[in-house]
Amino acid sequence: MAEKATNSEFLIVQGAQYETTFTKKYRNRIPWKLPNLNLIYSFIPGTVINVLVKPGQKVKQGETLIILEAMKMHNNVLMPFDGEVVKINVEPKDKVAKNTPMLEIRPK
Amino acid sequence: MSLKNNILDLRKRKEEIKKGGGEEAIEKQAQMGKLTARERILAILDENSFHEYDIFVEHSARDFGMEAKVLHGDGVIIGTGTIYNKPVCIFAQDFTVAGGSLGLMHAQKITKIMDHSLKMRVPLIGINDSGGARIQEGVNSLAGYGEIFFRNTLASGVIPQISVILGPCAGGAVYSPALTDFVFVVENISKMFITGPSVIKSVLGEDISMEDLGGARVHAEITGNAHFYAANEQECFEQIKKLITYIPWNNEQKPQPFPAKPPKKVKVEKIVPSDPKLPYDMRDIIKAITDGSDFFEIMEHFAPNILIGFGRMEGETVGFVANQPMVLAGVLDTDSSDKAARFIRFCDAFNIPIVTLEDLPGYLPGVDQEHSGVIRHGAKILYAYSEATVPKITVILRKAYGGGYIAMNSRHLRADFVFAWPTAEIAVMGPEGAANIVFRKEIMEAEDPEAMRLQKIQEYKDKFANPFVAAAKGYIDEVIEPEETRSRILHALKVSKNKNVTMPRKKHGIPPF
Repeated sequence: MAEKATNSEFLIVQGAQYETTFTKKYRNRIPWKLPNLNLIYSFIPGTVINVLVKPGQKVKQGETLIILEAMKMHNNVLMPFDGEVVKINVEPKDKVAKNTPMLEIRPK
Repeated sequence: MSLKNNILDLRKRKEEIKKGGGEEAIEKQAQMGKLTARERILAILDENSFHEYDIFVEHSARDFGMEAKVLHGDGVIIGTGTIYNKPVCIFAQDFTVAGGSLGLMHAQKITKIMDHSLKMRVPLIGINDSGGARIQEGVNSLAGYGEIFFRNTLASGVIPQISVILGPCAGGAVYSPALTDFVFVVENISKMFITGPSVIKSVLGEDISMEDLGGARVHAEITGNAHFYAANEQECFEQIKKLITYIPWNNEQKPQPFPAKPPKKVKVEKIVPSDPKLPYDMRDIIKAITDGSDFFEIMEHFAPNILIGFGRMEGETVGFVANQPMVLAGVLDTDSSDKAARFIRFCDAFNIPIVTLEDLPGYLPGVDQEHSGVIRHGAKILYAYSEATVPKITVILRKAYGGGYIAMNSRHLRADFVFAWPTAEIAVMGPEGAANIVFRKEIMEAEDPEAMRLQKIQEYKDKFANPFVAAAKGYIDEVIEPEETRSRILHALKVSKNKNVTMPRKKHGIPPF
């Protein structure tokens, strides 16, 4: 009971606030963020094989931007909409973790 | 050769094989803080009860120089024995012999004892301590694993299956434990993962230790793969032996009854604060109603917002499922739903009545919950309760709101008896949330919206935050005094003893796995 008094946390469920404790897993959950559509993230960890575009280059939807090797497969990273390459953060042979922002783009 | 010489020769052969991988390997095993496979079996089983089979089996690998190698017992020990005089089948992988690697004959020994346990309808205990597939045996190793998984599945719900992870258990090997009913892990000894740290590092660049990736604590706390966590092997064996006392031999029997014992005297109403927003330890309530105040908790460290485990009432095993207000206010979420649903199905398969103690504000809100599939996970608990035909008794202590009320073995899922304390609040949601919706306009238009809000919350509380609305509809059978909880459950169990319900004929249901 003494432990309860010092470690209390509060959880709100449907408008009511409950005194309780959190689990480690709950505390470590990753808060959701609105995705930035102008950033191309690595969807899987891997190695950059080739960067096919240059900053300032106009690119059409569906064109390949980067070839990313992961799990022994070459993955084509495609342009999601018609637009322009703003900034390139990776170069060939780079090892990237999952969700690394590899390219910055902007729509036409 | 005289018969005496034959006997001496036999003894010599057996003694030789019992040395496993030899002194050096045994010494190494000890340095890792591990017992040998044989020591483990003897520690779990009753004294002098172990009978071994297939001791003379040899491996069948003929490539890569393996033909010249002798692997005693092919790295696994199988046999039968008793625990508290109750027969069990057991196998233990011997890490001192070729790292306990699984080849064709090794697998054949395991499947032989599995076939025995299924035929004889006795529990199976498997001790896993293996480096994985024996690469030299190629696809024969994979065939071996497949045969084991198939038998695990066939035996599921027929005999209790227990897996004890006392060393590495990696790659495909992890799926045998995952298919069994109870997985035991030991600190610093158990390691379970599909892909090891070295591959993860080379492919993904993520640097993680074996312990942090798939150690005992990870599986007991984060993944939910393990049901029992122990500080050392001896404690683990005690847990196994205790578990065996609560469960039956097979699905056609009931657990063995014990002499009845009253619980320690405590005032249950003193444990539970009347303010539904204040926490307490639900274990204290379970212990106030079980024989000898004994509660054998399962998955203590995983999803601790729900409690599951066994206790006895007048000597008979009962499975308890209870919300834990002390952690995350006792909400249902993905993990707690998985945890409870699997336990409910175990109890149902093995003829163990289920007592549900309810006090929850609903489901855990959050994007991570929604995106990790709280709908599909939450559905498992509804499915498991609805499908269970063992006696099902529910006691609502305080909050029973919304979907949580339905899920926690409500009348509507065919609970046999539903009791509520006078402090129970059975409603579509808590008064705060409900008042904000029902009286939205009045609150907005009031001169003092906050005062109006509080007034309307009180109004809603007086009208709905009680057990009598549900009692008036017969959704709960009786509003009881907290002190009556044990006697009411006992009587309900007594009259449910011959419960017999027929479910529609089907090959099998399709639960939201």
